[in-house]
Amino acid sequence: MRATSIIYKRELGRYLRSPIGWIIAAAALLVEGILFQSQALSGEQLSAIVLERYFYFASGIPTFCGVLLAFRLLAEERQNHSMVLLKTSPIRDTEIVLGKFFAALTFMSIIFVLSIYMPLLVKVNGKITFAQIFVGYFGMFLLGSATLAIGMFASALTKHQIVAALLGAVFVLIMCMLFPLAKRLDSPVRDVLEQVDLWWIHFQNGFMRGIINLKDVIYYLAVTYFFLLLAVKTLEAKRWE
Amino acid sequence: MIRATKLSKFYGGKRALGPVSFEIADGETVGFLGLNGAGKTTALRILASDLRPSSGSIEVGGVDAVADPHAVRKRIGFLPENPPLYTEMVVADYIRFAGELRGMTSAELKKRLPEVLDVAALNGVADDPIDTLSHGFRQRVGLAQAIIHNPQFLILDEPTRGLDPVQIVEMRNLIHDLKQNHTVLISSHILTEISQTCDRLLVLDKGKLVGSGSESELSKHEGDIGQITVTVRSPSGDDPKAQITKVLGAIASVTKVGEPYAQGGGFTYSLSTSKDVRAEVSRAIVEAKLDLLKLDYARSELENTFIRLVGGADASN
Repeated sequence: MRATSIIYKRELGRYLRSPIGWIIAAAALLVEGILFQSQALSGEQLSAIVLERYFYFASGIPTFCGVLLAFRLLAEERQNHSMVLLKTSPIRDTEIVLGKFFAALTFMSIIFVLSIYMPLLVKVNGKITFAQIFVGYFGMFLLGSATLAIGMFASALTKHQIVAALLGAVFVLIMCMLFPLAKRLDSPVRDVLEQVDLWWIHFQNGFMRGIINLKDVIYYLAVTYFFLLLAVKTLEAKRWE
Repeated sequence: MIRATKLSKFYGGKRALGPVSFEIADGETVGFLGLNGAGKTTALRILASDLRPSSGSIEVGGVDAVADPHAVRKRIGFLPENPPLYTEMVVADYIRFAGELRGMTSAELKKRLPEVLDVAALNGVADDPIDTLSHGFRQRVGLAQAIIHNPQFLILDEPTRGLDPVQIVEMRNLIHDLKQNHTVLISSHILTEISQTCDRLLVLDKGKLVGSGSESELSKHEGDIGQITVTVRSPSGDDPKAQITKVLGAIASVTKVGEPYAQGGGFTYSLSTSKDVRAEVSRAIVEAKLDLLKLDYARSELENTFIRLVGGADASN
């Protein structure tokens, strides 16, 4: 895992030094702040409801930023030919994928930290607990981990960054639309699709309301593992192409 | 030693390489020569453990490169056709990063980095971002990342591609210095470059190995094969192409008469010959009552060998 650490440090440095990462962070925080002020704080509400509404809108950060932060990670390396350096070094494809994934996850966590003043405002002026805030952010962290993994898989599929971004967005969108789609279908297909949905069942019905369900945690970890594994296998397969 | 046995690579259903077998001894400098699409890059990428072969085996320093690619990658430095650079990084940081990826410790890097900067003549730009460097310097940075871990085998794919004449000479000198400490494999489609740099050549054509040996070994069967370029005019101003072709074709040792083209008031022909027949050509033209405007003879052994090995006239077009 030494190589994972080396790649992690380089990739995180890239996010912190380049304007792209900060532009994504600023845009996400701006949109979230506007939605918080205009939607979550609108009308007289219980502070717990305001916090729920906050996490409802804030979950856009991991959903969209996951794809935006991940789409270039592998596609850009191949487009710029720098992937050759990684592939001809004595490191495993797993280490490449994990190093980049953890760097993107760290940067996304920085965006979360920068957004924390909003729920703290609710805490100061309302009657919510730190635990509720923690659970909401924990859910966003897991959701972000899953969307980053999906974005990385899309990035492994092609060397064209735009195509990777579109593919990642489509994958995430499909996985977020499974629940509304499932409602039109009959059991058992409906039950399966509902459980595979990325947002409605596992985030909205759980973390957003301050509830940690073990099955939700396992679901997000499983999605993350599955798509990271797909990304690794895609990289390996490309050596045989 | 590098030993490739029945190595082949398919892209989809298309054969890009093989089957080819060859051996490269320690300390040799070997050139992979071939036209564009001959399979040179594919061969080098397999040797560098960047690609896996579709079939066949490859041993690098006694290690099976397919079964244990990590062990092979530690012993190989690879400069691909497009240097694998992170252009936003500073030169020294990038080379340090490449060394870390190859498993070098901080202490090893501290000692080795100044040496590499010195060898690649990068001291003046060590603190510059790579995206501010010229193409020649970027190529040197690419070379520096390939040698930072002091590999036993150095694989360079078209190292002088896109360089200006001065940079080509500098790169050639750099490679000459590296030959002292590394087994070097170079690919190129430029004959003069590869013949000046390498001890031995492997000639590839359409993925197959069509020749192997030193320049003199490859050209020893060529004899006095050469090319005569002759420009002829008809005094009457008629179109004499058919007549001239017949006259020139009738000369013994002329193996092929190329298609003529108008030049300098006459028609220029390229003749492939198995020996120097300038006298016979000039005599035949005069006897046919034609004007001889110009006559050149070129005998380039390696070039002829290359053309013969990769399919005659197709290669020269």
